[in-house]
Amino acid sequence: VTSITDRARGVASGPRDRWIAPAVIVVGLLYPWYEETLQAIPLIGDFIPSTESMVVMVAFTMMALGLNIVVGYAGLLDLGYVAFYAVGAYTAGWFASQQFEQVTFHFFSSVPSDQPGIHITMWLVLVAAGFLTLFAGIVIGLPTLRLRGDYLAIVTLGFGEIVPQVVRNGDNFFGFDLTHGTFGIAPIDAAGFPVLSTFTSLPKNFQTSPNRAMWFYLGAFALLLITVFCTVRLRDSRLGRAWIAIREDETAAAAMGVPLMRTKTWSYALGAFFGGVAGAYYASFRGGAFPADFYFQFSVFLLCMVILGGMGSVWGVIAGAMILGYLDREGLATIGSKVQDAGLDFDPTKYQFGIYGIIIVAMMLLRPAGLIPERRHRVELEEGVHDTPFYDVQHEGTLTDRDPSDD
Amino acid sequence: MNSTATSVLRTMRSPNVVNGLGLGFVGVIVLWLVVNFLKDPTYFLNVGLDGLTRGTVYGVVALGYTLVYGILQLINFAHGDVFALSGLVASTMMLSVLSITPASSDAALVGAVIVTLAVTVPLFALVNASIERVAYRRLRNAPRVAPLITAVGMSFIVQNVSLGIYGVDYESGSELIPRGVAFHIGDVRFTWKLVIALAIIVPALIVLSWFVSSTRQGKAMRAVSQDTEASAMMGINVNRTISITFVIAGSLAAVAGLVFFLEFQVRYDTGFELGLIAFTAAVLGGIGNLTGAVLGALLIGFIQSFNEGLLWYAPGGDWTRSIVFGILIAVLVFRPEGLLGERTPEGA
Repeated sequence: VTSITDRARGVASGPRDRWIAPAVIVVGLLYPWYEETLQAIPLIGDFIPSTESMVVMVAFTMMALGLNIVVGYAGLLDLGYVAFYAVGAYTAGWFASQQFEQVTFHFFSSVPSDQPGIHITMWLVLVAAGFLTLFAGIVIGLPTLRLRGDYLAIVTLGFGEIVPQVVRNGDNFFGFDLTHGTFGIAPIDAAGFPVLSTFTSLPKNFQTSPNRAMWFYLGAFALLLITVFCTVRLRDSRLGRAWIAIREDETAAAAMGVPLMRTKTWSYALGAFFGGVAGAYYASFRGGAFPADFYFQFSVFLLCMVILGGMGSVWGVIAGAMILGYLDREGLATIGSKVQDAGLDFDPTKYQFGIYGIIIVAMMLLRPAGLIPERRHRVELEEGVHDTPFYDVQHEGTLTDRDPSDD
Repeated sequence: MNSTATSVLRTMRSPNVVNGLGLGFVGVIVLWLVVNFLKDPTYFLNVGLDGLTRGTVYGVVALGYTLVYGILQLINFAHGDVFALSGLVASTMMLSVLSITPASSDAALVGAVIVTLAVTVPLFALVNASIERVAYRRLRNAPRVAPLITAVGMSFIVQNVSLGIYGVDYESGSELIPRGVAFHIGDVRFTWKLVIALAIIVPALIVLSWFVSSTRQGKAMRAVSQDTEASAMMGINVNRTISITFVIAGSLAAVAGLVFFLEFQVRYDTGFELGLIAFTAAVLGGIGNLTGAVLGALLIGFIQSFNEGLLWYAPGGDWTRSIVFGILIAVLVFRPEGLLGERTPEGA
C-alpha cells in the first residue's frame, strides 16, 4: 500500500508515475460509455453511480480542489466556502436566466432568442462567475485575513451564514428583486454549443439533448481537468511555495519576506475562483440556484473531502471528494436500502452529517494527513510544527528533554 | 489589484481610520436606540427586558466557550451541541421522568428543576470532559487547525446523537412555567420568564466566579490559561486542570440547556445557531475573559431583541443571523481584543 501511495503522491512526480495521470484521465473521460456495463455486474453493480451523479461528484471535486488551496496549501481554515458556491450559482442565475426580465439580451446563448432576460453563453458565464467569486473572496478576505487561525475560521463561517441569508432575503432590495428570495432563480440556461451545433453534431443545449447527462459530464470533466492543472501549477509556483511557507510557520515566512496579507488574499481569492466556476456549472446542471442549498453543513462537507483525502494533496482531495460525493449522491442511499433489505431499521442518509463528523474526527486522530498524504504536510501533522515543548502534556509528568531511562 | 489591496489595507489599519469607522458604527446604533427609546419608552424597556432574558442564557453558553478558549485557545464547536443535547435531556427529565405538567404545583416545579439539574449537570460535565479526553487531548501538539477541525467534527457527531435520540421535533417547557407578569414597575413588566431565568442562572454564575477566583483549582485554571508550561513547572497538573475546565463548561451547558428548554424551545440543531451567537458574545466581550463573556452575551441578547422587537427601522428576525455575524466581523476588524479583553497575537 505504501508504494501505491508513494507513487500517487504527486501528479506524475517521477518517471515511473507518468502513466498514472493519463490513465486516470482516459478512464474518467470514458465513464459514460462503460457505466452500464459496470452496473450490469451482479452484487457490485448496484453501487456504481450513474453519469448523472458523476456530474455532481465532479462539480463537488472542483469545489474541494478550490477549498484545498485555502485549507491545504495556505493552512487557513475556511468554514464558509459555501458562500462562494452561492456567488457562483447566483452569477449563473443573473447572466443566464429570465431573472431580469426587464431587459432582453442574448449572446451566443443556447436558449431561443425570444426569451426575456439576460442570456449569455454558459461558457462565458462560468468565467464571469469565477471572477466575480474571486472578487467576493478578496472582499471577504481583506478585513479578515489579518486574523490568525481560529478567528479566521469563525469569521469565514460568519460570511458563510451571511451570504445565504442575504440571498434568501434579497427579493426586495428597496423594491428590486435581486435573488427571487426563497424560491431561488430557475430555470438557469444550460451549457451548449449554439454556434458549433449548426455545422457539427455537438448539441445546441445540454439540457435538452438526448445524452443530457453525458454532455454535462464531459463538460464537468473538462473543467475539472483545467482545475487540476491550475491547482498543481499554482502549488509549484512561487505563490504556492509562499502559501506552504505560511502554513508551516507564519512568523518565519514573514521574516523571510513573504508578504502575508497579499499571499493569503491570493489563496482566498483563487480558492474562491474555482468554487464559483463549479457553483455556476452545477447551477446550470440543476437548472437553478436555490438558497436552501447554501447551508453551513455543505461547507463542512467540502472540508471533510479535503481532510479525508489529505490536506494539500491534489490526488488525495480528488479521491476524498469522489468518495464523499458518491456517498452523498447515491452511496448512503444504496447502503441504506441494502441495510433495510437485511431487516435493520437504520437510514444512513438521515445521519449523513454525523457520519461525516465521525470521518473528520477519526481522520484527524488516526491519519491526520489523509488517505493519500502530501509528504510535507504529513511531517507537519505528525511531528508537530512547534518547538519541542518543555513539558509534554501528553505524557503526564515527563519533561521532554529528559530521557525516560533516567527515571 | 495587489498593490491597491495592500494600500487599502494599510489605510484601514491606521488607528485613526479604524477608530473613526468603529465609533461611527457604534454611533449609528446608539442613535437608532435613542430614537426608538424616545418614541415609546415603556415598550422599549419591555423589549429590553426580553433581551435580558435571552442575554443571560447566551451568557452561560458563552462562558463555556470562553473558559475553554482561555485555557486551550480552542473554539470548542461541540459546546453548542452539548448544550442542545442537555436541553433535550432536561426535557425528558421534566416531562417524562418527573411528569411535570402545566397543572403541577409551584413546589413540584422547583423540585423538578433541582432534580433535573442534579442529573444533567454531572452527566454533561462528564460528556464534555470525555469529548476533551477522546478528541482534543491527542492533538495538543498538532498545528492549531487540527483540533479546530476535530471540534467541528465533534459538533456534528453530538448533533446527530441528538437527532438519533430525539428526532426533529422541538421540545419546549415554556408551558410549565407561569405565564404573565411577576411584578411591574410602572408599565415595565418583569415576567416570570425573566425571574426564573435569573433565579437559575445568577446562583450558577456566583458559584462559578467563587470557584475561579477563590479555590486552588480555580487559581490553577487561571495559571494554566496564562502560561501552560510555567504552571506545569510550578507543579500544576495541566491535564487535570484542562479536564476540570471542560467539566465546568459542561455543567454550565447543562444549566443553560435547562433554562433554554424552559424559556424557549430546543431541538437537535438548536446548538448550532445558539452556539455561534454565544461564541460571538464571547468574542465581543473579549475571549478568555469571564466578565466579558457575560457582558457580550447581554449585549447580543439586547441587540437581538431590539432588532426583532423594535418598530422604528428595525431589520427584523430575517436578518438576525446576518446582524450577529456582522457584529462579530466588525468586532474582529475594529477591536479584536473585544470589549474587556487584552490584545492577543490572534487578533493583533
